[in-house]
Amino acid sequence: MTRVLEPPATPQPPARPPPAAALAPAPEPVRIRPRTFHGSDYGVLFGCALSALSLMWVAYYRVLPLTGPVGYVLLSYVVFITTYYSVVRQMHGRVLAFDRFMTVVIATGALALFVPLLLIITYVFTKGVKALTFAFFTETLEFVGPLDPLSKGGAAHAIVGTLEQVAVAVVISVPLGIATAVFLNEIGGRLARPVRFIVDAMSGVPSIVAGLFIFALWVGRDGGLGRGFSGFAAGLALSILMLPSVTRTSEEVLRLVPDGLREASLALGGSEFRTTTNVVLPTARGGLITGAVLGTARAVGETAPLIMTSFGSSFMHLNVFSGDQASLPLFSYRLINSPEAAQQARAWTGALVLIVIVLVLFTIARIAGGERRERRSRGARKPSAAAVRRQAAREAAREAARRRVEQDRAEADSARGTVDDEAKRDDPPRDPEQPES
Amino acid sequence: MIPDSATDETPREVVVNRPRVDRFYRVGARMAGGTALVLMALIGLFLLLRALPAIREAGFSFLTTFEWNPDATTPKFGIAAVMFGTILIAVIALTIAVPVAIATALFINEYAPRRLQRVLIAIVDLLAAIPSLIYGLWGRAYLQEKFIGVARFLSENLGFIPFFKVPNHRYDSSNFIAGVVVSLMVLPIATSVMREVFSQTPPGEKEGALALGATRWGMIRSVVLPFGRGGIIGGSMLGLGRALGETIAVALIISPKFEITKNVLSEGGNSVASLIALRFGEAKSLGLSALMAAGLTLFIITLIVNMLASIIVSRSRSGKGVEV
Repeated sequence: MTRVLEPPATPQPPARPPPAAALAPAPEPVRIRPRTFHGSDYGVLFGCALSALSLMWVAYYRVLPLTGPVGYVLLSYVVFITTYYSVVRQMHGRVLAFDRFMTVVIATGALALFVPLLLIITYVFTKGVKALTFAFFTETLEFVGPLDPLSKGGAAHAIVGTLEQVAVAVVISVPLGIATAVFLNEIGGRLARPVRFIVDAMSGVPSIVAGLFIFALWVGRDGGLGRGFSGFAAGLALSILMLPSVTRTSEEVLRLVPDGLREASLALGGSEFRTTTNVVLPTARGGLITGAVLGTARAVGETAPLIMTSFGSSFMHLNVFSGDQASLPLFSYRLINSPEAAQQARAWTGALVLIVIVLVLFTIARIAGGERRERRSRGARKPSAAAVRRQAAREAAREAARRRVEQDRAEADSARGTVDDEAKRDDPPRDPEQPES
Repeated sequence: MIPDSATDETPREVVVNRPRVDRFYRVGARMAGGTALVLMALIGLFLLLRALPAIREAGFSFLTTFEWNPDATTPKFGIAAVMFGTILIAVIALTIAVPVAIATALFINEYAPRRLQRVLIAIVDLLAAIPSLIYGLWGRAYLQEKFIGVARFLSENLGFIPFFKVPNHRYDSSNFIAGVVVSLMVLPIATSVMREVFSQTPPGEKEGALALGATRWGMIRSVVLPFGRGGIIGGSMLGLGRALGETIAVALIISPKFEITKNVLSEGGNSVASLIALRFGEAKSLGLSALMAAGLTLFIITLIVNMLASIIVSRSRSGKGVEV
């Protein structure tokens, strides 16, 4: 190995006591955060934005014969990115300019996705609050005509209908979906690949096709069972739409259950059935609930299949197994086309209630899924300081007791000891390295 | 002494003695799995059965006729115009949605800080859960008037391009606006798939690009995007499947018109799904059968598109671990 030759040590000046300032404690190490985007760059960004907006305001609203806010936003954006690119290119060069340019473009793309969500929710809220009264949840449209004012009538029949139909869908699709997920994950085999493929394909079936199918099979008279419109038929159509999503989420969650748990259960003599029902499913409980709730959120908002399965009505109809039944999406869909402002306001309130239900279900799903994570980490939580001290005290007490016992034993031994000592002296000391003959 | 069985090539026969509970359990689980297969077969079968009278009546002209009058005295109906409208709306939706989805997926994965990532992913999932009815209502009440200005600008100033010309100056309820609203519905699905695919990029390759001096965009362009090619295509095709089947939003926006027109921005449009939704109420027996035939066509097409999408994603290098 090569050795680095050190230069000969230069003669050191005689050591002098260091000045007092050097005795001060060494400064704290400064954290270096390698940044490429400094304050001045923020200034450039906002400056370009402001200048683009102002320039376009003059051009768009005063000079050019164009109208509408969309055009204004689009044009100022174009001016903004060209200005930004030129400025950064002058300051930092082509490479960095193009990189920043793409950063802005990508960030805009992401904004284009999130801004509509905000717009939609605020719009539906503002439009729907008008008719949001207590009566909305308790009265129906039974005695309400198209010209009646907003104070009459409500959507109780629609809300009850939606709840019943979604309940039917959940009762059918959640057990079936979990059973399918158990099949795919626990049993597998040759049948699993086509089933998984088909479940994925089923998630793309248009909602109206599911409605047509249930109409042909259950509702209609020629070729089908001719049971007529009912909330149950709507529940069947919704369960077709829920099934793939519940199956997929459940399968993912079941896959996360550690194999060791299954093997332990089997090793203890449990059958595969007991393993699944007593070990795997309870472990995956949070995720299964999340999957079911997410599927429900999807089913609540479906409108198209309801047109041909439950048909909708203005009356409160509690029997889910026969007869036209109203539901919240159909309620809104039918009323929005009316020329009367009151009817349209009711439709918007229906849409608002629908969005609130979806948001609530979504939050429940997130909380249920998150709780699972919480529970697992709780077991591994570190003990508190007081607990540590108590444990240390216990150990110290145990040590002391042990030492006392040993001391007593040593004293008792030494009282007996002379005989044993003499016996030990006679035996030659045993050398562990020499073999005993 | 080596026993004879040691030189035998045939393996020992393994007998599996399951407890009786397990036999029922396995059969039951297999039946549950088979339900999905049976269901899809039933859907195809029943749609076909109910569609047969209309198919027999129209024959091949079902695919070429523009108008839709199945209940008239001389029935004349076909899905040529509605199919064209469906594809047109889907193309418009994808043209808007795919770049935005790629940008959003890249932003969430590469540009956003850790805490913001979780919030953004939650927002994307929320967007996917919002019912299409809400999108349709909002599109008709709010978005339409905003985009009429855009449509008019394109028509008046770029009218020499045949797409953008609007002969009768009616800009609302067009395929274009329906396409914009459908793109909002396609975005969350496409974004989720692309985001998952992009997150599977091997960090070593990304870091290698950065170490060689690439800027962040250079790294994305040279490593992430080629790696995620399968996911981009698969996500777009999944979005295409959703766009083809979208019913209520389109039904609320368009005013139905049965013609194949290259005037994308002008009033009037159609799609197979919205045709079924709008015509169901007043359809008589042959009309119902014709609607079933249209539904069957839609079913087959979306099935093919979705299957292609999942094959492409799972076969691509990036999609190995991704659930489509």
